[in-house]
Amino acid sequence: MAAFVLFALVILTGAVWVVTLRNLFRAALSLGLVLFGVAGVFLLLEAEFLAFAQILVYVGAILTLLVFAIMLTARAPGAQPAATSPPTKYGPISPGTFGGGASRQQGPAALAAAAVFVLLTWATWRLPWPAMPADHTATLPALGQRLVTAWVLPFEVISLVFVAVITGAVAIAAPRRGRQN
Amino acid sequence: MSVQLVLALSNALFAVGVYGLLTRRNAVALLLAVELLLNAAALNFVLFGRLFNQVDGQAATLFIIALAACEAVAGLAIVINLFRTAQTVDADAASLLKG
Repeated sequence: MAAFVLFALVILTGAVWVVTLRNLFRAALSLGLVLFGVAGVFLLLEAEFLAFAQILVYVGAILTLLVFAIMLTARAPGAQPAATSPPTKYGPISPGTFGGGASRQQGPAALAAAAVFVLLTWATWRLPWPAMPADHTATLPALGQRLVTAWVLPFEVISLVFVAVITGAVAIAAPRRGRQN
Repeated sequence: MSVQLVLALSNALFAVGVYGLLTRRNAVALLLAVELLLNAAALNFVLFGRLFNQVDGQAATLFIIALAACEAVAGLAIVINLFRTAQTVDADAASLLKG
């Protein structure tokens, strides 16, 4: 229980930092905190493989990618809190739009988020949940077997999705011929 | 560790992600908020897999992680292209379909 409370605190603190910090680089590092916390909860729920997959894929790959995106676009107006606004190709942007955390309508947004939380928790809290079973039979061999039997179609489709995403990313992000940049 | 507490945690994570989606302007920050939403969903899948002694919950979570990677790659490509065309990463400023 103590471990769960610790992980929950880590997750919630990190999550609030992710959405509020003005410095996007710090927000990305806070996302790493959240991901580690979620991996810890996975461990508590006896999903060891997923916990390590989470750290490997999320923290190792996705977070690195996002940090790359933040660094590549750091010069952009709107990426960093800036006092002056260099005019872009499409004309100057009003100073109100600057800052990575620059936001609009924080009050209504906070209200909406709180409403989502209260609604979901109210709907789930009063349900008669069964007690958590003491022994967990979902082992890693069972997971692997399930992946290539019942889940084999999604398993194959996701390989196609990977190919499509990689091709699409290269097609979108590759420099065009005949352009200045 | 009761079911309700883990559910409340994942609900809170989801709500914070919704707040981020609503308030952020930077396109990369929006991607960060989406990762929060995906993690909240993954947490629920693992919890219910554990609760009902099914391995399917973990299988679904694996797919969530894989799709999150896809989403990050595609989003990054779009953001970089947007940055190259419009010199901004403000999601509100991207109002053109062809640049």
